[in-house]
Amino acid sequence: MTISQHHEPEDMMAPGISRRSFMRALGLTSAAAASVPVIGSAIGAPAAGAKTAQRTTTSASAATSASAAASANGDGILVMLTLYGGNDGLNTVVPYSDSAYLSGRAELALRDTDILALDSSFALNGSLKRVKGLWDQRKVAIVQGVGYPNPNRSHFRSMDIWQTARPEEFTNTGWLGRWHDATGPDPLRMVNLGTSLPRFMAGTKGSGAALNPGKLTLPGGAVGEATLTELGRGSANQTLGPLGARIAASNADLVRTKTTFAPILNASQATGGGGSTNLEGGGAAGGEYVAGLTRDLQEVSLLIRAGAPTRVYGVALGGFDTHAAERDQHARLLGYVDQAVATFYDEVSKHPNGQKVTLVIYSEFGRRVIANGSNGTDHGTAGPVIVVGPQVKGGFYGQPSSLTDLDQGDLKFTTDFRSVYATVLGQTLGIDPAAALGKTYPALGFL
Amino acid sequence: MTDALSSQIAHLYRRAGFSATQAEVADGAARGYAATVELLLDPAKTDAVSVPDPAVDYSTYAAVETVEERKARNKIRQEQRRNTIEWWLEKMVVSDRSATEKLTLFWHDHFATSIEKVDTAILMFEQNKTLRRLGSGRFEDLVQAVAKDGAMMVWLDSNKNTNRKPNENFGRELMELFTIGIGNYTDADVREAARSFAGWRFSPTGGFDVKLKLADVGSKTLLGQTGAFTGEQVISMLSNSAAAAKFITTKMWRFFAFPAPGDHPAIVELSAGFVRDFDIAKLHKAIFLHPAFQTTEARQGLVKQPVEWIVGICRQLGIKPSSLTLMKPNLVQSCARLNQELFAPPSVGGWPDNGYWISTATALARLQIALAIAGNADLSWLTGANATQRLDVIAKKLAIDGWSNSTANAIKAASNPRQQLAAALASPEYVLN
Repeated sequence: MTISQHHEPEDMMAPGISRRSFMRALGLTSAAAASVPVIGSAIGAPAAGAKTAQRTTTSASAATSASAAASANGDGILVMLTLYGGNDGLNTVVPYSDSAYLSGRAELALRDTDILALDSSFALNGSLKRVKGLWDQRKVAIVQGVGYPNPNRSHFRSMDIWQTARPEEFTNTGWLGRWHDATGPDPLRMVNLGTSLPRFMAGTKGSGAALNPGKLTLPGGAVGEATLTELGRGSANQTLGPLGARIAASNADLVRTKTTFAPILNASQATGGGGSTNLEGGGAAGGEYVAGLTRDLQEVSLLIRAGAPTRVYGVALGGFDTHAAERDQHARLLGYVDQAVATFYDEVSKHPNGQKVTLVIYSEFGRRVIANGSNGTDHGTAGPVIVVGPQVKGGFYGQPSSLTDLDQGDLKFTTDFRSVYATVLGQTLGIDPAAALGKTYPALGFL
Repeated sequence: MTDALSSQIAHLYRRAGFSATQAEVADGAARGYAATVELLLDPAKTDAVSVPDPAVDYSTYAAVETVEERKARNKIRQEQRRNTIEWWLEKMVVSDRSATEKLTLFWHDHFATSIEKVDTAILMFEQNKTLRRLGSGRFEDLVQAVAKDGAMMVWLDSNKNTNRKPNENFGRELMELFTIGIGNYTDADVREAARSFAGWRFSPTGGFDVKLKLADVGSKTLLGQTGAFTGEQVISMLSNSAAAAKFITTKMWRFFAFPAPGDHPAIVELSAGFVRDFDIAKLHKAIFLHPAFQTTEARQGLVKQPVEWIVGICRQLGIKPSSLTLMKPNLVQSCARLNQELFAPPSVGGWPDNGYWISTATALARLQIALAIAGNADLSWLTGANATQRLDVIAKKLAIDGWSNSTANAIKAASNPRQQLAAALASPEYVLN
């Protein structure tokens, strides 16, 4: 169990402070990134180059590392987009010319008008139209075959593994929660869109903030704020126990969050009101249907553009557990992703504060190569991780999993997911990745 | 401060049922702890307070043709969904068998089925009745019934499982989440179990049925045994295993007492009893009579789930949820704002505990909801008290032993009875279960 600490208001956290001075105060502007080992480079033709991707990295690494240090020097902003339920990687980044895919997926196989070709071997799901546009601008990196040893096909255990980054053991802390602990816990530095915090943000020294999209107003006005402030002082009270102290701290964190974020959020008309009640939930804004994820990323975009001191954001979409009638549901969900991510990219990439934003899309596992009898797919293993951002060096990374050399019908992973994390920890957040991952994993060249 | 026995009774009510009224605490203190456990859990006692069934039907189950039909159907679905949530909230508050409602909530969380996919509220209502009817009986009977339950069969795709290419969804969750838990089976076991459920079908008119053409009558090997197992046989094998005894005991202990690993002495001891007869009622009662249930670790070990928090407030303030339908936010919306919609758990794993309910967003929603409910409650019991008495009066009303300095200051700083009560309801003492 963790105990949140009460954070006294500090002048440096006042609204309007620049992100750079905030980070300088935390000692985070040093270029830890330069020491990060880099492997892998953008591969134009992954089908041909795939086998050599991991081995030819030594020669590529020097050049990649140098340019990465110039462009992404560790003072960036990381946005993690979690797809809950196990996203079907093979129908997201589609190996459309592979006969094993076409036969294994039968009616579920995507072809021709269902897909957007990236090269002669791979295509994006046709719902990802605007993401394809960003790929054409070289702003999308696709890391293929991402997973971990001894894959677990339980949603919960596998998501735990991805979010704690500790496949071998059970732990209460998440990989970004450990980053938060190590670099100065403050609810303003790590924000999740939604009512609860995801596992990857769990730390032991303090908590990230949870925000529902829309205006941020404390109930009960000044009296309410005084109530929350007084309740917040209980965070240091040992007699309440660890959970009681955390409950108390959440009140103090709320007041702190409101002080910094409310002026930004309440000045904007951009977001609709009310909390989303489920991960797929949408809402009406200006009469137009806006998917919950789009609304959440709009709020992240707003905070980034306004110069909020937040370094890590979490957003999520659920519903990817497509055991039956997968095609329509999966297309609809990826359509939400496409709209949300592309709109977000368009907004932040045009703004000075958005130049170092990197968004990572991942899920707890991919799905079985062979479709089941209900036009769906059962739980699988490795899958693609998609990275989008102004600093991203577009292209394929890692090595695609073979569709014929399988482990119990499932793909074998080729890139450890912790290499993706190491890359963003070093290049985007600017700390030694080992501080959050426990040991060193080779970084990839997409930043 | 409260005497030790009254404090234990209050703790018992919070966990076995929902927060106790002052009368219930006084009655329990007079009766004694063990006798109160007997009273709360006596399986022979039935609910004397009736709540009319929700208005739900199968009219929205069938497929629709046009966009207009779809819109009309979805509107009715939303209405019936709301009716079902309102029905259960009302039942939880007014029932004089609140332990039965709490145990039903446990099983809803355990066999976590969501209307987000099931869509048809009457299926959720039927499942809820099954959970209430069999939830304190023999474990296998419960699992057999839930496996054939319409909502479950839609939720985990049993309705689409065929012999040619089995759908693993139900077979996997049956082992991982419903009976034996992760680490006690292999992926090969999942595939074999899925075969045994091929051909299981449910329809509103025909109920449960096995379509022999779609079934797989061949030999299966799972958990080290080989045979032409039917789905029922697989459930029987799983439900009566030592692994299930340990898994279910651990899960119930975590829900009613506090999160502890499976090798905690209390769980080992209770599991050794449960494995003999798989009698849920006996295990349920044994949890509240175990010495570890009254330790500080237990008493500070759980955060109230939003539904527990809201139902407890209504019971203690004497409010029927049906009298608050015009409140903003109303109670259905309030639960949703706190991230717990009945009949819509976030996943088949149910609702996470403790930390899941603590965030800046829940802190905001709790104070907002507390102010709304306090604004709709009869506060004559509080307005009559002078400023110094109020801390004690509120503590007694809410069955809290006493306030920390910070909470006392928060209550004192509030300017009127409504705000003072809201501060108490949002306090760590009250949000802890």
